[in-house]
Amino acid sequence: MTVDPTLAGRSYSAAGTYVVGREAVRHFADAVGADHPLHHDVDAARAAGFSDVVAPPTFAVVVAQPATDAMMADPEVGLEYSRIVHGEQTFAHHEPIVAGDELEARMTVASVRAAAGAAMLTLVTQVTTVSGEPRSTVTALLVHR
Amino acid sequence: MTARRPLASVAVGDVLPGVSFAIDRAGLVAYTAASRDFNAIHYSDRVAALVGLPGVIAHGMLTMGAASRLVTDWVGDPTAVVAYSTRFTRPVLVPEVGEVVLEVTGSVRSVGPGTGHVVVDLVVTCDGATVLTKTRATVALT
Repeated sequence: MTVDPTLAGRSYSAAGTYVVGREAVRHFADAVGADHPLHHDVDAARAAGFSDVVAPPTFAVVVAQPATDAMMADPEVGLEYSRIVHGEQTFAHHEPIVAGDELEARMTVASVRAAAGAAMLTLVTQVTTVSGEPRSTVTALLVHR
Repeated sequence: MTARRPLASVAVGDVLPGVSFAIDRAGLVAYTAASRDFNAIHYSDRVAALVGLPGVIAHGMLTMGAASRLVTDWVGDPTAVVAYSTRFTRPVLVPEVGEVVLEVTGSVRSVGPGTGHVVVDLVVTCDGATVLTKTRATVALT
């Protein structure tokens, strides 16, 4: 399917902020088998210099996803989740995400290219605190068929 | 408790202790709730069939997230992970009854003495088939 090439360069933000909950960190850690005390034990996290439990390395996708959802909900874009396959995923972590963080996610469509009847979209989402401190850069390659 | 593996103890080619991770339907539901990725191909066989899949599949991000434990267990500190990437090559089918098991192995690809960045290549298989490729984690050690 053809995807509008002018989509490249556009940006979408998650509506509102994401406040990282302690139980959200624990439940995510449980779901991926991350049993390190930093994810579960507030005292252990504080002893290590954090203000609260620390999210596992792939938690940032939970914060980033609503920015991609905003693009998917844009009627001018015309993409459908049912036609999308997740091709690749990359995280660059600048500082750990910690329970209590209030985060923003802003996604930019880095590129759109056609390949074998599909469109390949590279989406780069910056996850920052509301005061602008970088937390993670989350990059996804989506294949839209 | 969160002491990181010292950089001086790491060499290119070092093999990390392997880890395994079992996935069943309850695990998919748990990840669905925790991640808020409610795509029904991760819990409905009928929806999976509608999009041409042979059955319910695990979230790629669940597989990626579970695989990272190979590195975080070895390093001893999950906050040491500064970069992590993968390519999703084969879906992980999860039966309605029973479970599948991911097997994760890996080795040290490079050691950057100038930066303290150690790059680990991960191999992630299920039933003997590679499900993730180009899986690589960078950890910051001193």
